Amino acid sequence: MIDIIGMVFIGVGLSFDVLGCLGLVRLPDVYNRLQAATKCVTLGTCSILFGTFLVSGGFTETGFKALIAIVFLVLASPVAAHAVSRGAHRAGIKLWDRSVVDSYAEDKEGEA
Amino acid sequence: MKSRILMFVFAFAVWCILTWVPDVQQLIAGGAVALIVSVVMGSMFVNRPHMLFNPIRVFYFLFWYVPVFIWELIRANFDVAYRVIHPGMPIKPGIVRLRTELKSDTGLTFLANSITLTPGTLTVDINRDDGVLYIHWINVVGTDPETTFREIGSRFEPMLKKIFEEDVVE
Repeated sequence: MIDIIGMVFIGVGLSFDVLGCLGLVRLPDVYNRLQAATKCVTLGTCSILFGTFLVSGGFTETGFKALIAIVFLVLASPVAAHAVSRGAHRAGIKLWDRSVVDSYAEDKEGEA
Repeated sequence: MKSRILMFVFAFAVWCILTWVPDVQQLIAGGAVALIVSVVMGSMFVNRPHMLFNPIRVFYFLFWYVPVFIWELIRANFDVAYRVIHPGMPIKPGIVRLRTELKSDTGLTFLANSITLTPGTLTVDINRDDGVLYIHWINVVGTDPETTFREIGSRFEPMLKKIFEEDVVE
C-alpha cells in the first residue's frame, strides 16, 4: 500500500518536472522562465524525493537522505533563482517586450 | 559563542542523518567536520539565539507558516502549469515594488523565499534601507503599493512579523 502511495508521489513529481521544463521552453524571457523552473521543479523534485522516502521504507538510510535533500532544496532553489534574476537584470537583460512595467529599472536609473 | 555551539550541534546532526546508520568512525569524522564548520562559519549562523528557543515562535512557524507555505507552493504549481499549457499563454509580466515592514535578516530572507515559491511571483532584489522588494510578477494586476501588498505581501508578512520580529510575540 505504502509503495503505491510512494509511486503516486513520484509520478506526480515527474509530471510537474515535465511541466516545468515545458515552461522553460515556451515562456518568453529569462524571468518568466525562472518562474516556471523554480516553482515546478522545486515541488516536482520534492515530490519525487518524498516518494523515494516512502518507497524505500520510511526512516532508513535512503529515506533520511531523501528527507534532508527536500529541506536543502526548498531553502536553496529560491535563493538560486533570486541570484540568477538579479544578475540577469544587472547585466542589462531586457524584459519581454510585452511586459507592462519595470519598477526596478526605474529605481536603478537614479543610483547609476 | 552560543551561535557557534548551536552551529556545531546542527552540523553534527545533519552529518549523522546523512551517514545514517552512524558508527564510531563516522561520529569522530563528523565531530571534526562539525568543529571546523562551527569555528569558521559559526558566528553568522544565528544572531539572536533566544528567538530560536521561544516556543511560541517555533509553534507559529511549524503549524502556521509551514502549512500555508506548502498550500501556496501547490497552488503556485497549478498556476504555472495552467499558464504553460494554455495555448494563448495568459501572461502579463512586469517588475513591481512591494513595501515591507520586516527588518530582520531572517524575516526578509523567509519573505523573499516564500514570495519566490508562491503563485506567479519571483523576488528579483531587496533594498533593505528603504524596505522595498522588487518582484517579477507573471500577471501584473496593479502597480500601486496597496494592490501589490494585498496580492503578494499580505499572505506572509503578518505571520513572518510575528515569528521573526522582536516585541510582537504574545
